[in-house]
Amino acid sequence: MGLIEAILITVITASTPLLIAAIGELVTERSGVLNLGVEGMMLMGAVTGFVTGYSTGSVVLGAIAGIVAGMAMAALFAFLVLGIVVNQVASGLALTILGIGLSGLIGANYTGLRLEQKPPAIFGALADLPYAGKLLFSHDFFVYAAFALVILVAWFLTRTRAGLTLRAVGESHTSAHALGVPVRRLRLYAILFGGACAGLAGAHLSLAYTPFWVTGMTAGRGWIALAIVVFASWLPWRAMAGAYLFGGVTIAQLQVQGFGLGIPSQLMSSLPYLATIVVLVIISRTRTGSSAPAHLGVPFWPDR
Amino acid sequence: MSLKNLTFAAMTAAFVGIAGAGVAEAQDKLKVGFVYVGPVGDFGWSYQHDQGRKAVEAAFPGKVETTFVENVPEGPDAERVIETLAKSGHKLIFTTSFGFMEPTLKVAKRYPNVMFEHATGYKRDKNVATYSGRFYEGRYIIGQIAAKMSKSGTVGYIASFPIPEVVSGINAFMLGAQSVKPDMKIKVIWVSSWFDPGKEADAAKALISQGADVLSQHTDSPAAMQEAEKAGVKAFGQSSDMVKFGPKAQLTSIVDDWGPYYIKRVKAALDGTWKSEDFWGGLKDGDVVMAPYANMPDDVKAMAKATEDKLRSGAMHAFTCPVVDQAGKTIECKGGKNLDDGQVLGMNFYVKGIDDKLPQ
Repeated sequence: MGLIEAILITVITASTPLLIAAIGELVTERSGVLNLGVEGMMLMGAVTGFVTGYSTGSVVLGAIAGIVAGMAMAALFAFLVLGIVVNQVASGLALTILGIGLSGLIGANYTGLRLEQKPPAIFGALADLPYAGKLLFSHDFFVYAAFALVILVAWFLTRTRAGLTLRAVGESHTSAHALGVPVRRLRLYAILFGGACAGLAGAHLSLAYTPFWVTGMTAGRGWIALAIVVFASWLPWRAMAGAYLFGGVTIAQLQVQGFGLGIPSQLMSSLPYLATIVVLVIISRTRTGSSAPAHLGVPFWPDR
Repeated sequence: MSLKNLTFAAMTAAFVGIAGAGVAEAQDKLKVGFVYVGPVGDFGWSYQHDQGRKAVEAAFPGKVETTFVENVPEGPDAERVIETLAKSGHKLIFTTSFGFMEPTLKVAKRYPNVMFEHATGYKRDKNVATYSGRFYEGRYIIGQIAAKMSKSGTVGYIASFPIPEVVSGINAFMLGAQSVKPDMKIKVIWVSSWFDPGKEADAAKALISQGADVLSQHTDSPAAMQEAEKAGVKAFGQSSDMVKFGPKAQLTSIVDDWGPYYIKRVKAALDGTWKSEDFWGGLKDGDVVMAPYANMPDDVKAMAKATEDKLRSGAMHAFTCPVVDQAGKTIECKGGKNLDDGQVLGMNFYVKGIDDKLPQ
């Protein structure tokens, strides 16, 4: 039990930032906007979260600040792609570059500091329950927020009028526009939601996962989140499966190395990516047609 | 994609850095340039080089002016960055990553009057010197401490890439450990990255869950130290003193101190006595510094200090012959009593006692 429990708990921690960032990007992409700036928004969330958490001594305030920072970055992106209809790929890449540089600048005086506070364990004593108590109830609030987000987004996209409208905008903004749907406003909300999630995911890294700030600490997780959205074929539950598959294989390969079975480490390190590709191939063979929102990345001018 | 955006970021950073350096300044100052592979905020490799740069500024007030360019990718971009520094009047340029070797040599050919210094490389020219640190000396000491401090008899080692520097570090660590406890066990996890705090933390957790109670790392972030602190096990820091991240966990840290070397070389450049040479400094030269020994009994401290003194004075070498590899083959002893520098610099085997296969 001990070892397996330890492994499962590590998998949950490792998968959480991927899942939170991916679910936000999924909503953004469902509205027809491709935001490649996830990495930059995560970094801004991480640095703002840490600086706030460190100064105020509150992890919760840090997380909120991370969300706000992610949304601020997303707002800038929204102005570019919705307001003045700049190319989405270029704007997204620029957003990442801006995030890398700006977060380094903001965090320059916070390098090498340690956050003393731990995120509050919201289920408290329940974690002491025998058997699965620790596994189910010992996590920080980021983990449960990630699960809640999956449930909420899945419900929103399939069961609510607003969710269906959002999807319609992603499938065909011209038709939605003709029907009087406020395309740009809905997309703005979706982009902001994506930014908020990316900011929260970044804050999880700097406040709970590895509670300190160093430049570039996301180490490519924003890009993996983007890949998970494609892997999930834009479905929330599959995004969860994808994040956990990726996190799980990452941890499993580290454990296997620890046991010293003599498998080349280079092969082990590439396993999460190989597993993702294999599943992607299997999924794409069992379905017909592309599941990507039809107007993903297509610029929209309301007056044409 | 991430590589591409890194390149963009580096290009932007390089441009900004150099544009800033272009501002007019007094003619008589020596302009010294530094090229870093990572961000100065990594709290590891590049951070320590930048501390060295600051030591230079403090040592020669009014006489030198330093410029640094961070986040420079190893490859063609580096050549452009180095060339821009040379073109903008920098007379002494330090390039601080292995992958800057060829770009440095190329630019040096075009600027014969500029002095270049390349860290961790092995190719020199009339105006290109090389320098590095004997970090394996520190690893021998921490191996001994680990063997004394481990109750489970198993230590965990978080490694980056199977290059000779890292492999010789693991071997020196193991030889140190075996000198205290011959049946010491080691678990090595390769994270295939110099810098990924999340993954380093995950590797630390994996090692702890498998029974390792002392952790060592050859990656750059303090994540593993923090995990050790959380789990109540011991750990060694890397590159910089990480005691803040593990006040109860850190036994010591192998600190890269580039300050003394940079000051020496800048002084030589100011005096006009600079010439190309190869410098591989260790404990003796103050390049490799052990952070204060902590969280261990006094007898272990005394042992560590005694070993440190012997390594410093040259009475002892981390790779004293006979060195036996995993297959039981004794390695040829090219340095007389110990392996020579070439053998350490090109080490590509595990020593006996490591139950794992070295990734090739």
